[in-house]
Amino acid sequence: MHRFTFHRFWAIVLKEFIQMKRDRVTFAMMVGIPLMQLMLFGFAINSDPKHLPTAIRAADQGPFARTLVAAMRHSDYFTLIRETDSEVETQRLLQLGEVQFVVNIPEDFSRRLLRGERPAVLLEADATDPSAAGPALNALRAISTTVFDRDLIGPLAQLRVPAGPVDFRIHAHYNPENITQYNIVPGLMGVVLTMTMVIITALAITRERERGTMENLLATPVRPFEVMSGKILPYIMVGYVQVTLILLAAHFIFNVPMIGSLPLLYGVALFFIAANLAMGITFSTLAKNQLQAVQMAFFFFLPSILLSGFMFPFRGMPEWAQWIGTCLPLTHFLRIVRGILLKGNGPFEIAPELWPLLLFLTVAMSIGVKRYRQTLD
Amino acid sequence: MSASSAFVIDVTGITKRFGDKTVVNAIDLQVPRGEIFGFLGPNGSGKTTFIRMLCGLLTPDGGSGTCLGYDVLTQQAAIKRHVGYMTQRFSYYEDLSIRENLDFIARIYDISDRRAAVQRSLERLGLAQRSHQLAGELSGGWKQRLALAASLIHEPQLLLLDEPTAGVDPKARRDFWDEIHQLAADGLTVLITTHYMDEAERCHRLAYLAYGNLLTRGTLEEVLITARLTTWTVTGPGLRELAAALRRQPGVEQVVAFGNTLHVSGRDAALLDTAIAAVRDPQHEWTRVRSGLEDVFISLMDTAKDNFA
Ligand SMILES: Nc1ncnc2c1ncn2[C@@H]1O[C@H](COP(=O)(O)OP(=O)(O)OP(=O)(O)O)[C@@H](O)[C@H]1O
Ligand SMILES: [Mg+2]
Repeated sequence: MHRFTFHRFWAIVLKEFIQMKRDRVTFAMMVGIPLMQLMLFGFAINSDPKHLPTAIRAADQGPFARTLVAAMRHSDYFTLIRETDSEVETQRLLQLGEVQFVVNIPEDFSRRLLRGERPAVLLEADATDPSAAGPALNALRAISTTVFDRDLIGPLAQLRVPAGPVDFRIHAHYNPENITQYNIVPGLMGVVLTMTMVIITALAITRERERGTMENLLATPVRPFEVMSGKILPYIMVGYVQVTLILLAAHFIFNVPMIGSLPLLYGVALFFIAANLAMGITFSTLAKNQLQAVQMAFFFFLPSILLSGFMFPFRGMPEWAQWIGTCLPLTHFLRIVRGILLKGNGPFEIAPELWPLLLFLTVAMSIGVKRYRQTLD
Repeated sequence: MSASSAFVIDVTGITKRFGDKTVVNAIDLQVPRGEIFGFLGPNGSGKTTFIRMLCGLLTPDGGSGTCLGYDVLTQQAAIKRHVGYMTQRFSYYEDLSIRENLDFIARIYDISDRRAAVQRSLERLGLAQRSHQLAGELSGGWKQRLALAASLIHEPQLLLLDEPTAGVDPKARRDFWDEIHQLAADGLTVLITTHYMDEAERCHRLAYLAYGNLLTRGTLEEVLITARLTTWTVTGPGLRELAAALRRQPGVEQVVAFGNTLHVSGRDAALLDTAIAAVRDPQHEWTRVRSGLEDVFISLMDTAKDNFA
């Protein structure tokens, strides 16, 4: 008699969908926040830079070295402002910020390239602006795979290996963490979900209390768990829409590599979304009105975005901050998303980050259900 | 309904405290089936709190009893299935249409043949034409109709109405009461709170609550008789001066102006006669009348203030 029944659960789900549809502001927030964040973090903060000042230290003046330099001249990614063979000078340029990159072509470059030894070219980057280094390296690689095609003909054609005839190495100065869009855009998924999911559910129940509809709901036979799960389900779907939106943007706009399994990512996202929703519901049982609910959500959101490793490298934070960060679901989800997308992690690699997420979900949900009073006492 | 009680509502000693304030103080109440029971009392007297305890929204701090044969302390889930509750404040979803609200409630109660039930209730309350209008856009009177329709959709055996007619025009109120009487004739038991005296007079029985205490109850006649209130009316010139003079007399408890008439009441008839004799003159016409319900309730409230405040 007191069991969970589907028809009551479904009544809540349908009601929430209708209300969601009618509430333009919330609806706009659910789609608008991911888009706005993608713009902010994706373009404005981390724009794809062009014409970056570059110096070349070519110890080799052989034909292949000349070809490479010429190609870089034509690329609109780099602007060659200096050619020098002095190490001291390049270091000074880098230090003063007059150049963003120094490309070091070693003495025996042409000779080793001919021998098929994939000579190393060192790209020194001023990574205080970390967004530049990754794309620079990509640009160089792209150049090198095609630029020598004209020269590597006849018997030399065998040197055209898929990895390219040259081995580019990067040395990022000043900021070894090297955060790029690859890092930011997948991270945004977690940030957007944290921001919207917690606020939406925190409001969903406080609103019922504030508008007086809670009294009516409590006077019907509907059970707490039916209300909670009925309210959570529609927002899980919203969460998935957001995840998909961000993944599409990551792929088509930001060219973020997606090495790992997307089904795995979607599967894990469920726990993260649910954890945030449960958190929101817990807030809503504590808050007296909608304003308080939003404030609580904000207090949860701030440490999440600052201490999770989204804004700053996690390992670089003081120990106490790392401790707080470890308790936040976003920290673990960020590692999972980046792990799956960028490193191709599978279920075994993400397991250490998954169980803290599950633990958080269980704790938040039980506090929520416990605190959701079935009476008005 | 179980056989243990012949009454739909049968509670004794029901008490509710918020902090150290006793809001409902040891109330006994028995309401038989098919009766319209009026619940009256000043603001903050505990009417809403009492109703909430009946339908399982609040847990009583003391007392015991049954509602529809189910224990009010332990069987709240069963009570909720068979009671219709119309809250004092409109508490359906303003961003849902009339039909969507009814449909939601019908789903919650798992009503068989939901569509037909919703349509029936729309038509019976004359809401069919407006079924797609958002509840939030309705006027007060229409909101009240919607709330009544929604609280009846699962065919409850007991209807708890908390000030259902506040802010509703006289014609709509009359229609509402006709509907209530029709429902009661069909066997539904109704507990209704109101501040309107004309509505109180349409109830089969009444109870008056002040500061959490049940001061009187019974039929209209019984309430009027047990109050032992004597009331005189007076007409003539200079009523304002007369009223001031009367108020200074011992034994005069209420002096209320109704247009060109003053109502003068007191519980001690002899003392009141003396008081009136002191100010009587040929210009004024004095008549002894039956006390009204309002006079009785105001008198009860003043007494209660002395005893409990
Ligand atoms: N949840 C609560 N917490 C603390 N006090 C409460 C609570 N609910 C009601 N009260 C207090 O209990 C008293 C009785 O309130 P109640 O709403 O039952 O009165 P009422 O008779 O319905 O009044 P009205 O005619 O104005 O509707 C009031 O003083 C009110 O402030
Ligand atoms: Mg009330």
